[in-house]
Amino acid sequence: MSTGDLVLRTEGVRKSFGKHEVLKGISLSMTRGEVVCIIGPSGSGKTTFLRCIDYLEPIDAGLIEVMGVRVGRRHENGRVIRPSDREGARQRGHMGFVFQRFNLWPHKTALQNVAEAPIIVRGVAKDEAHAEAERLLARVGLADKRDSYPGRLSGGQQQRVAIARALAMRPALILFDEATSALDPEMIGEVLAVMVELAAEGMTMVCVTHEMGFARQAADRVVMMDDGSIVEEGTPEQIFTASTNPRTQSFLSKIL
Amino acid sequence: MTDPFGVIAVQFDAHLFFSRIFTTSSPFWGALVTTVYVSVLSQTFGTILGLFTALALRSRHRLWRILAFLYVLLVRGTPVVVQIFFIYFGANLFLGFDLFPRSADILGLSFSGPVLAGIVALSINEGAFMSEIIRAGIESIDHGQTEAALSVGMTHREAMRRIVLPQAARVIVPPLGNEFNNMIKGTSLLSFIGVYEIFQDAQTVYSADFMPVEIFAAVAFWYLVLTTIWGLIQVQIERRLGASELVEGATFSERVLGIRPRHNL
Repeated sequence: MSTGDLVLRTEGVRKSFGKHEVLKGISLSMTRGEVVCIIGPSGSGKTTFLRCIDYLEPIDAGLIEVMGVRVGRRHENGRVIRPSDREGARQRGHMGFVFQRFNLWPHKTALQNVAEAPIIVRGVAKDEAHAEAERLLARVGLADKRDSYPGRLSGGQQQRVAIARALAMRPALILFDEATSALDPEMIGEVLAVMVELAAEGMTMVCVTHEMGFARQAADRVVMMDDGSIVEEGTPEQIFTASTNPRTQSFLSKIL
Repeated sequence: MTDPFGVIAVQFDAHLFFSRIFTTSSPFWGALVTTVYVSVLSQTFGTILGLFTALALRSRHRLWRILAFLYVLLVRGTPVVVQIFFIYFGANLFLGFDLFPRSADILGLSFSGPVLAGIVALSINEGAFMSEIIRAGIESIDHGQTEAALSVGMTHREAMRRIVLPQAARVIVPPLGNEFNNMIKGTSLLSFIGVYEIFQDAQTVYSADFMPVEIFAAVAFWYLVLTTIWGLIQVQIERRLGASELVEGATFSERVLGIRPRHNL
């Protein structure tokens, strides 16, 4: 692995909420095109770690780099340096984030949801942004829903629009935060299918997930987190069938 | 007819009442125009001031939060009449020069001093109330909406302008409508500092012919006309804002009567 291909690098990321330390020094690096699935019991810090990568939460210590650019707060000689509003926005712009609860904008149509960021953030002309948004909606199988408001879409459709919205910024990396956990069972498949396709097309992805079938199929690497630390990582094969770590074994035995 | 209180009980003079409503007196029409533009300008400035105060209340800088808090505390805790007097008379005392001269030209329009002071006082008063309404509107929008905007690379400012405020507007418009309704009626307080609006006009006529019931009933009618027109406009605004939403806004009759049709189960 050459360092030029490094998309994400985190070193010793620590995060506390009050007195409770949620992340106890997480280090994880990813190369271009890699798909990492993070698994682990609830409360293990998976979602918080994902939110820290996208600077939706400030970290207390450690470093995060995306495409070689530092993200979020930096700690130097005991001083905290916060990026400005605009710097923070630029850093997040390299990443896509897919939320558990979709968070589509209800006052905008599917097409407007997808085209908004290219127009506002990248300054793309409206016509061009709409054409691109249509292509992205077609890619997630929702070309016919372009003029629907989110309130008229099913959960699975909303999440696919949300994925198209994330793709519209042409991110180097997409973070999926339990993207299928809020869906009815019959809609999980359609969203996972889009994610599998993205993975196959070479998108770099971090997926916090409880879908072990998906992790097995799509992940290049599975990371097991427990109590704010990475307890084990390896190929899906190593984690799901050959793990000797008692915490991994205990977690898997509860959910499989 | 015996009259133990020494007041002459007279019949309602319908002719006077209608002549006051369909008046041809030019002072009245001038006063009506004053009432309307003072209300509109004060509400507009008050809403803008309220928006900035709401944002200041949410600022990450403590100084802004404290200043906004003190402003709201002070204005909401004192009577608006006192504020009007304070601005009109007090401003000149404090500043040592005439802040509100007898007349002033702004953008080619001529305002009298009292009108100017009245607009300033009512705007400041309104800003404090609007800030609470706007703050509540902003806070009613799920934080996930902002996070989604940040995640695609918008700044906090862009997220507020493009994502949060348009949605908060729907929550803000109904109470804003109430505020403007109060504003129209509240302009009558400016008669205290000599602004010639419709209540002042009614008082002037009353002081000449002492027919309080007819004259004040007629001016009440005119306030009712203004607030009813505003009610119609508000329904249109809410329709337009709610176009993308599945929930129907209240119809005009529901709003005026304050009732919703009951569904029989």
